[in-house]
This record gives sequence, structure tokens and C-alpha cells, in this order.
Amino acid sequence: MSELITQEPLYLLQGQEVALYQAAYAARLPVMLKGPTGCGKSRFVEHMAWKLGKPLITVACNEDMTASDLVGRYLLDAQGSRWVDGPLTRAARTGAICYLDEVVEARQDTTVVIHALTDHRRALPIDKKGETVQAHPDFQLVISYNPGYQSLMKDLKPSTKQRFVAFEFDYPETAQEVAILQGETGIDTERARKLVQLAHSARNLKGHGLVEGVSTRLLVYAAQLMAQGVAPQAACRMALVRPITDDADIRQSLDHAIDALWG
Amino acid sequence: MTPAENTAPPDYPDVRWQTAWRELGCRLPGVQSVFEASVAQSLERLTEPQLHGLLGVGRRLGQLGRGADPVIAWLTHWPAVVDLIGAEVLDDVLALVQFLHKSPNSAAIAPLIGSLVTAARRLASTEGVRQYLSLLQAFTQQTTGSIHGRQQTQPSPGLLPLLAQAPRLLQQLSMAGLRRWVLHGARVHSQHPPQQVAYFSLQSPDSLAIFQRERHGTLLVDVQRQLGMTQQALWQSDLPLVPLTGDDAAMARMTPALQVDVLGLPDVLEDVNGVTGLGRYRLMLLHAMAHRHLSSTCIADNWSPAQRLAVEWFEDARIDRWLLARWPGLRSDMLTLLPPVQEGECDDRTHACLCHRLALWNRAVLDPAFAVKQPVLHDFVKRFEHALAEPGGGTRDMATLALSFVARTRCAGDVLPNVFFAGSLIDWRDDNRHLWLYIEDGDEEDTHSPRRRDAEPELHSLPPRLYPEWDHISQSERPDWVKVYEYLHPSGQASEIDRLTAQHSGLTRRLARVLDQLKPQGRQRLRRLEQGSELDLDLAQQAWIDWRSGHTPDERVQQHWRPHERDVSVQLVLDLSASLAERIPGTDQTVLQVSQAAVALLAWALDRLGDPLAIGGFHSNTRQDVRYMHLKGFEEAWGEEAKARLAAVSPAFSTRTGTALRHASLTLLQRRSPRKLLLLLTDGEPSDVDVSDPDYLTQDARQVVRQLQAQGVFVWCIQLHPAHEANVRSVFGEHYTLVKDLQQLPQTLAGLFLRLTR
Repeated sequence: MSELITQEPLYLLQGQEVALYQAAYAARLPVMLKGPTGCGKSRFVEHMAWKLGKPLITVACNEDMTASDLVGRYLLDAQGSRWVDGPLTRAARTGAICYLDEVVEARQDTTVVIHALTDHRRALPIDKKGETVQAHPDFQLVISYNPGYQSLMKDLKPSTKQRFVAFEFDYPETAQEVAILQGETGIDTERARKLVQLAHSARNLKGHGLVEGVSTRLLVYAAQLMAQGVAPQAACRMALVRPITDDADIRQSLDHAIDALWG
Repeated sequence: MTPAENTAPPDYPDVRWQTAWRELGCRLPGVQSVFEASVAQSLERLTEPQLHGLLGVGRRLGQLGRGADPVIAWLTHWPAVVDLIGAEVLDDVLALVQFLHKSPNSAAIAPLIGSLVTAARRLASTEGVRQYLSLLQAFTQQTTGSIHGRQQTQPSPGLLPLLAQAPRLLQQLSMAGLRRWVLHGARVHSQHPPQQVAYFSLQSPDSLAIFQRERHGTLLVDVQRQLGMTQQALWQSDLPLVPLTGDDAAMARMTPALQVDVLGLPDVLEDVNGVTGLGRYRLMLLHAMAHRHLSSTCIADNWSPAQRLAVEWFEDARIDRWLLARWPGLRSDMLTLLPPVQEGECDDRTHACLCHRLALWNRAVLDPAFAVKQPVLHDFVKRFEHALAEPGGGTRDMATLALSFVARTRCAGDVLPNVFFAGSLIDWRDDNRHLWLYIEDGDEEDTHSPRRRDAEPELHSLPPRLYPEWDHISQSERPDWVKVYEYLHPSGQASEIDRLTAQHSGLTRRLARVLDQLKPQGRQRLRRLEQGSELDLDLAQQAWIDWRSGHTPDERVQQHWRPHERDVSVQLVLDLSASLAERIPGTDQTVLQVSQAAVALLAWALDRLGDPLAIGGFHSNTRQDVRYMHLKGFEEAWGEEAKARLAAVSPAFSTRTGTALRHASLTLLQRRSPRKLLLLLTDGEPSDVDVSDPDYLTQDARQVVRQLQAQGVFVWCIQLHPAHEANVRSVFGEHYTLVKDLQQLPQTLAGLFLRLTR
């Protein structure tokens, strides 16, 4: 999970974000990335870890995750019990960038353990061991979440939120998204442009029955299928429509848009 | 009337005419002229036996003593029927005529014969027409009135209106749909002649609603949401789509109409040449939306009608080309629907050909496989392509081109009164009313400021909501059958409720103890986890001993604490019909007071537990007026306001249970709680003053309960009257509680709730 990224992950600059992130890292400020699913948040973190030459530890958060999953737990072995560091502790000790992906998915009482790491103390108390881990000078905490599914149940505590500097991400501009598709999969401009046009149609339905629009990631999938020789209509249905909706009306409208577009 | 009538037999030179007239043998006024008008054709087209059938039956109809109308109708329509499906149905027709003749419905004989042609054309088979006839016979039998149930004396009120509507019905309904529509009307309105007439002349809302449901083709209402999605996805707009209904059945085609704030589309579309109704709706929608985004308004006053026509064609063609460039997949549907106009179809010596020229030009610019030969049209195709290629071209450029088209292609025939319209209707295009601005709207004197609307009366209740009701005989829902008005219940004295609950203070104290135990508190310990939050020492020790002694240790030695949660939404529905005002024998309390106390206790208990509870009451006065009173909402606290409303409830009218459950479940179904509980507190069985079938409302309620259970709602009934046990069992199955001692109701209700949700 923790490794140095050796190959440059493709990332197209959308604005000032790389310079701003470098500044935040220089001051070791905790960073929050907001934006819809599949718009490039994780890719950005990978890119920055590569650029800064720091190891990256990624934790995908989920509802059943407990504080022990982040901090560590005792395990049994022949000598008795043995402490094993969790990913967060490991990152704090070794000076990695720790990336908590979709942090709102974790229960609020779980995320509280990061508090002491994200202020001037930069320390992680492990109460079960009676130890306080002082963070390595290179350590940085990055969290991401999608304000799209903000609900009463799934939101960060205000006390958690106000410990971070934040970047807001959105789907890339048309020309850039076309360039991303071409860069990732090598399909031609014409088809990439049509895929992006289709994605815009689906994104227009967000809030009108769709919880989330079609992400850049799904567009890449569709382009990859097309590169495998799948017919465009079938690829779009499979990658762009079926995953995002179970609503028959939305599915048929989008299918129609696909048929109309590819002719 | 010809002078020969009723005097001497006519003397026809043709001997076959003479024989035919003798065979018909009918001297009734008006028959002779019809005979003369039709006999030549009949002699030519009918075989010998068919001819004998025609004339022989004509003779018998003349002898029925019902005047000339049946004979005239027979001579006029029967040959056409024979042309369409042959004469095999003759016996069935005669049987029905005989049946009508012997009943008080003889006036319907002529209209019946008149409706046969449409029946033969639409049903297109002997079997189909037989079904139609037997349906009419069944209907007549069912609706003909009798006195004291012995002899039929009153003609069926619905038969004549039904036959008058027959062409429209047959055109738009399948035989099965027609049967359902007819039998429904006959059953529901059998006791009410004026309602029957309104139903069968397609005037009452019920009749239209069921007619609409049975129509074939794609109904706009069925695809409205999907078209809305398409509109949102492709245009980011949410212009309302409204159905245009035509009163005239003959109006086979309705043109979409785009206005500033609404897009009207035909209410129903059938498939055309393999393009589905939905596909046609989509093209209409896309075309209209493209207009909305690309077209600009033109001033109509300075152009002649011919010029305006040309401008519309050019602008429409530009819009369609734009659509095709953006969504090439639309081409196949468009080309299928495009009329296949050909050069030379229109003769410019006899007809005005402007429409035809425009249609040819239009086909040439839309259909790449079609080339137009006339040099002037070809030239305009090229100029159009050129104009399209220019960036930034708009409606104005099209208008310039169109005006030049009219000027260049003008010919002498354009002023002829016969206009050649064939092939000039393009299925998906709208009527372009949005394209024109008329400056001189009318005379100055007539203009006046738009009527000032009187202040809208303040709304005291929400507008009524329509619900279907289950008809157990036809096993289908009657659409939009019941009107529900929802009110916020007026308030009374909240202290009343406190006084009522105070009488049950013993119960309150006992309940409080139980509730404290039920309250979600503490945490649940999950043991034997491979990955928990901490080591479970007992298990760890055990595992370690196993390890040391050489056994395989259990790896699941961790434990985790999970906080308790309780998430159930409860909807309580109170039957507030008149019987609630009865006194409980042997006490000074009414059923209502005990119910209020029980509800108040339950509300208090749930408030303490933190479970969301909504309370509503209902009664009904016919299907047009079902009232649902809001007493407490899910998010409302159990405070003064809700108590005051509960204190003021007053019993009245009847019990339309199914509808109340339908309405109450709307908000319950939207709750996010994983468990949903609907409690019905009632003291009677479903009934209403406008329903004579005792089983009908019970079956409706049963259907609702089933539907709700299928949607994950737990439905439970508390029946206060022991006499209705059989009924409540048939509606709710085993999901009911019978309260034998009303004084015990508060205990029973609270106990029941705790039992159901523990």
C-alpha cells in the first residue's frame, strides 16, 4: 500500500492546483479534496506524491471501518499479543502522505482519531498502547470526499472540516476531457468528443433522477472498450448508462441519446 | 320524395332493377330514392345469394313496423359491409335486430346497422364483428330497465349514445378495450340513466379516463417522464410537456405546438412504419427544443401567406439539418417518416403546387439519396447548403432564401383554388406559432389591457388528489376514481387531551418503565471477529492456550462495540366516521373519547422513544369527497398544536378505508426508515353511501393492503367492533387486533405497538 510512485501518473493541469498543493505541502498543512466521483481526485494525489517524491498510503474508507483499522491493533502470535500499526500510524512514523479516500463513508467517531494529527501537535495518541506517535516531518494527511452525497448521516463534523485546506474539483472542461480520453486510451478526437458530449447530457440529469453524473473515469472505460473493438453504442451503454442508473426512464432517455449520437 | 312513392309501382326499364324492386317490396317513404341510388352498384358487386340476402332482409326490416329508417340504413350500409368481410355475419345481425325489435330498444336498429361498416372496417373479420354484436346484445340486456324485475319496459338509456360513439370507439380501441369500457360503464352506471348517458356519450370524466386507458398507441402520460429526462439531458431545460386532446375523432393528426412556457404534444401517438410512438414523440420534442434554442421571431405582417409558408419550411429544414449534424442517429427515423414525394405528382395546370415544390425541395435537403431534377429546385438546394455552411447563419438568412424561393419558382398555377397538399405534412414538425410576431393584432378599439384577475381565493386546503380504486369484478383499477382533500385539522383545546390521558396515569407510569428499557442505549458487543477494534481477552487467552498446546487456534479473537439504533416510522390512521360518536354501553364515554386517549398515549410513548409518528384521520362522503385530516406529521413534536388538533376531531360520514390508506402511505413510503408501520384504528367495515356492492370497498382495501405489504410497509388494523371480525380478517389477514373491552383500548394499543416493534 505504501510505495514510492516511480512512473508519472497522467494528470492534466486544470488550474493552479499543483502549485497550491506544493505550497500546502511545504507548510505540511492537511489537505481536503472535494468533488464528484471519478473526476480525478485520487489521480491528483498520486500525481503530487510522484512529483514530491514521497510514498503514498491510500486508505479506502467504508462504513464498517473502525478507528483500529486506521491506528492499529493487537494480534496474537506465539509469544502472546503483538501490536501491528495501522496505515495511519505507519504513515505518521515513516513520513508518507496518507490519503483517506471518501472519508465521509467512515463513521464520524472513527474520523476523530485524525484530529491530533491535523493541528499543531502533529501527534497520534494510541491509547491502547499508551503511546503517542510524533509524526515524521514529511508526513501529510490528505482526505477526499464527495459533497454530492452529503446528507445528515454522511457529512464530516464541523470540527473535522475546519482542520483542512481544501481543493474543489469538478469534471474537466470539454477540450481537456477530450485530451484526457485520448491520453489514457489513444482513441481519435472525433470519438472522444462524442463521448464527452454524451457525458454532458448525462451530467445534465444530475439532480433530476441521477445522483451522480457520468465521471471521467467511466468515459475512460467506455473509450477503452471501444479501443477493444466494441461498437460505440454498446460500449457507451455498458460503461456510461448501465452503471449509473436503475431507473428505466433515465436509461431509455440516455440510450436514445446514444443512438442519436452515434447514428 | 318522388311522386311515384306510395302510389304506383315504379316502372324501371332494366328488368333486373324491376326484379330487385319487387323482391324488396317496400313502399315506405324515402326507400325508393335510396334503392335507386344504390341498386346499380349492388347489382354489379354482389353475388346472386348476397343480393337475395340484401333484398330479403330489407323486405323483412320494412315489415317490422319500425318505419323506413332500418330499411334505408340497411340498403345504404350493408353492401359496404359485404364488400369488406363478406355476408357471413348476416344471421348474427338478424338475430340482434330481432332481439332489439322484441325489446323496448327498437329505435336502435337503424343506428346499429349504421355502425356495422366501421366495425367491419376496423375489426376486419367476421369473428370480430360477431364479438361486437354479442357485446351490444349483452350490454342491451344489462341496461334495459324493467319494472318489478318482470317485463322489460324501459329502453336502455346508454344504447343510442353508445352507437353514436361507435365509430370513434372502434377506431381508437381494440375489441378487448371496447368490451372493458362498455361493460364497466354498464356495471357502474346501471342504476342511473343520466349518468349512463353521460358515460356512453364520452362526456363524463370517468368515461374519458377509462377510454384513455384502453386506447392503443403510446400515451403521452406514459412517456412524459422519460421525455422530460431527454429534454433535461440534451437541452438542460424543463419545459412542461402537456397533452393536446382532440375532441374530433376524425382529427387523426395533431400538430405539436411550442409556446413560451409550454410544449403541447399529441396525447397519443401510434407506431408509423416501424417508428414507435415514443420515437415520434422524441423527434417532435427534439425539433421543438431546437427551435427554442436556434430560431428567432419574425414579423409576420409584411409577408404574404405564401412567403410565410416558405419561411417556415426553410427554417424547419435548417433545424432538422442541425439536429442531424448533432445526432446523426435520428436520420433513419426522420427518413422513414418523411413523406415520399416525387416530382411530377402535382399538375400545375389544375392545382397550386407551391406546397409540393417546397416538399420536394425539403426532401432533397434531408434525404441524401433523393435528388431533385428541376433546375430551379436543385439550385435552391445548393444555395441552402451554402447558407448552412456559413457560420452564424440564422432564421433571417433562411427567410431571405425563402422569399427568393417564392419569387423564383412562382408560376401561374399558384393562384388556383385547388391546392396540392399531399406529402406536405412532416410528422415531427410543430405548427411554428413561436416563429411569428403579429404587430397589428387587431383594431385599436378592440385592444384592452388583459383582464385583471381577481385576487385568488386563499387556499384552505390542498387541491384534491386523485386516486384509483380497485374493481374486483373486472380485476383492474378504476383510474382517477376518488378525490381526496387533505386538510390541516382545526384545533381545539389541548388540555382536553391531557385530561383524558390523566385518567390513565397508572398505565402511563407502567409504560414509562417499559419505554426506558426499550430506549436505544448502550452498545452491542460483537464478538468473534477477525478484525475488530480490540482483543477479546477471554477468546485471546483461549486461542493462546490452544496455540501453546499445539492446537490450531481460532483466529477470530477480536471484538467490536456497535451502538444501538432504533429506526421505525409509524403512521397511525384514524377512522373518523359517524359511528365513532356512539356511547360505550355501561359507561359515560364515547368510542371517540377512548380512541383519543389511546392515540394520545401512543403518541406520548413514541415521542419519548424518539420514533417518528404521523397521525391522520379520514372520513368520506362519496368518492368525490374523501377527507383526510392531518393531525400530526412525522417531524412534528407531540406538543400543544398536535394535541389541540386531536382534541377537536369530530366523527362524521362514512369509511372509505382503501383510499385513506393509499393517501396516508404516500408520506410513509418516502420515509427513509428501514421499518415502516401503518396502524389503522377503525370501528367498522369499509362502506360509503355511493357504493351499493358491499364487497367492493372491502376488496379495494384488501388490494391496497397487499400493495403496501409488497412495498415493505407493515400494516396492522385495530378493530374496535367485534361484529366486523370476518371483514377485517379478509382485508388484513392475521394482521389485526380485536379490542373486546373498549376501556382497555389504551393498554391494548400501547402494548401492541411495543410488541410489534420490539
